[in-house]
Amino acid sequence: MSSAHDAGGLTERRHEILTPEGVPLQLTVAAAGDRLGALLLDQLFIGLGVLALGIPLLWLLVRGVVVPDLVAAAFVLGIFLARNVYYPFFELSWQGQTPGKRLLKIRVVDRHGGSLRAEAVLARNLTREVEIFLPLAAVSGAGSFFPGAPGLARLLALAWLLLFGLLPLFNKDRLRVGDLLAGTIVVLQPEPILLPDLSAGAAPSSGSSGYPTPSEEGFTAAQLDAYGVYELQVLEDLLRASGPGRQERLEAVAAKIRARIGWEGREPVEAFLRRYYAALRGRLEGRLLFGKRRADKHDQAD
Amino acid sequence: MPLTLKSAAFRAEREASWRELEELVRRAERRGVRALTGAELARLPPLYRAAVSSLSVARAISLDRNALRYLESLCARAYLLVYGTRRHLREAADDFFRRRFPVALRAHGWHVLLASLLLAGGILTGFAMVLRDPDRFYAFVSPAMAQGRGPTASTEALRDVLYSRKGAAEMLNTFAMFLFSHNAQVGLLAFAAGFAGGVPSALLVFGNGLALGAFAALYASRGLSLELWAWLLPHGVTELFAVVLCGAAGLALGQALVFPGRRDRLSALAARGREAAVLVVGAVAMLFVAALVEGIFRQLVHSVAARYAVAGAFALGWALYFSLAGRRR
Repeated sequence: MSSAHDAGGLTERRHEILTPEGVPLQLTVAAAGDRLGALLLDQLFIGLGVLALGIPLLWLLVRGVVVPDLVAAAFVLGIFLARNVYYPFFELSWQGQTPGKRLLKIRVVDRHGGSLRAEAVLARNLTREVEIFLPLAAVSGAGSFFPGAPGLARLLALAWLLLFGLLPLFNKDRLRVGDLLAGTIVVLQPEPILLPDLSAGAAPSSGSSGYPTPSEEGFTAAQLDAYGVYELQVLEDLLRASGPGRQERLEAVAAKIRARIGWEGREPVEAFLRRYYAALRGRLEGRLLFGKRRADKHDQAD
Repeated sequence: MPLTLKSAAFRAEREASWRELEELVRRAERRGVRALTGAELARLPPLYRAAVSSLSVARAISLDRNALRYLESLCARAYLLVYGTRRHLREAADDFFRRRFPVALRAHGWHVLLASLLLAGGILTGFAMVLRDPDRFYAFVSPAMAQGRGPTASTEALRDVLYSRKGAAEMLNTFAMFLFSHNAQVGLLAFAAGFAGGVPSALLVFGNGLALGAFAALYASRGLSLELWAWLLPHGVTELFAVVLCGAAGLALGQALVFPGRRDRLSALAARGREAAVLVVGAVAMLFVAALVEGIFRQLVHSVAARYAVAGAFALGWALYFSLAGRRR
């Protein structure tokens, strides 16, 4: 289901879901740090909410508008609701996001690709108390937590409670107990940016066509067979990159390619790379249509 | 006519519809689905399906990594929008109490029975042990819970608690809400602790029974049994049943963890967890009712007969609700 996937030097954890249309989609599993950050933000919002409820109540009480009994009752109920209803309410009405999750661009989805059901949201949030607050209480006051227990038993109980809270760190999908019970997973909210097609932007070597044509590029079949898909996409990333040092990197790569394919042309580096990219992509995609995918330059399977 | 890359032509043909979908998704993400007009909402599913089919084709023919990534994430975003939860909260609550909760309870008959036996066993054990040796009372009931009640308290003092004559009518609502929030947290704990194989849930239910049995024995030794149960049952019928439900939910989780059956452990746990969560949320609602009865009704009504009548009415009401509700369709 999931795999570690190397993207631009950062190892991302990917989780594949199958949509009801039968198309697999890759989602990026949210990092533990983002999860923790969202939790802290949400707890902060809950705290602010309780304050926002408490101050007007206190004011009403001081002014003598309501009796102490009602104020205290409303406050106790308010705290209970804030503790237990905040998460399910937002995850249900914002489709798997709470304010904290929204700020950190992560969200809850069904682990197998179905829709996120109300029971799942409830199940994953009902366990929060046990997972987070019990271990916290155990750590902060381990002595008072198991009075009279022998030292070893206390230590074991402490480890057990910590295991609940730290479970997300021990599995590759970063699932906490609530996620296990609900069949959910927390993923990064995907952020797509569609850049112009590089093959379209390449300067044609001859003629006036907008798109480059493999036949016009002037590379021989042998020269295009020097590389595979992996090198093509590295070249794509390189051409799309920006920032300092880009020109030097392009020159270094161009020199390597020229040496490998024995290219004698003297045009500018970038124009050459774009032309070679378009021609290589055309060649590899053309072979892809016949079911031949050349993974990289070492792949000789044909 | 110059040749173009097939994948570039493919992209040029479909890019407009991707952009349209992206714009819709972006607005719906930022301001909610309601920000879309009816016509835009109707466009969403076909655009989504078109994008998913584009993705399938692009995976087969295109080596443009940026376009593939874009389509992947566009489809994922649209998928989350199209298949996210979208039920009104009130509608969901209505469906919950009319159908889901009673149905989930009937589906967990064996777990409920087991949890009831655990509770009854706890009560009987506590009762028998304290009756024989009153000092054991302190082993089962924490000082905070006992609030001065114990083997050393006078019969008069014990009786007074049952009728709360000491000006307690001041803070009824607060008392009710405090009871509710305390009991509900314990109930949630019983459910969540089911993840540890169900053993803590069973212990929690049994321990509750022990404390109750200890009280019953204490009052029985002073000849106050009839009055104690009159004091306990009006809310106890609801509250004890809710405790049993939370315990049953924890046991169900434990069962899924230890005996997952033919499914793998994770999916068994996920399926059970969602069903058991329904039980627990229903039980929390029951605890709310119980707390209102306990905090308000019990403090105001002191007639033993009326107390028993209310207890009976609640028992009958719950029995009818759980055996009949949600049976149609």
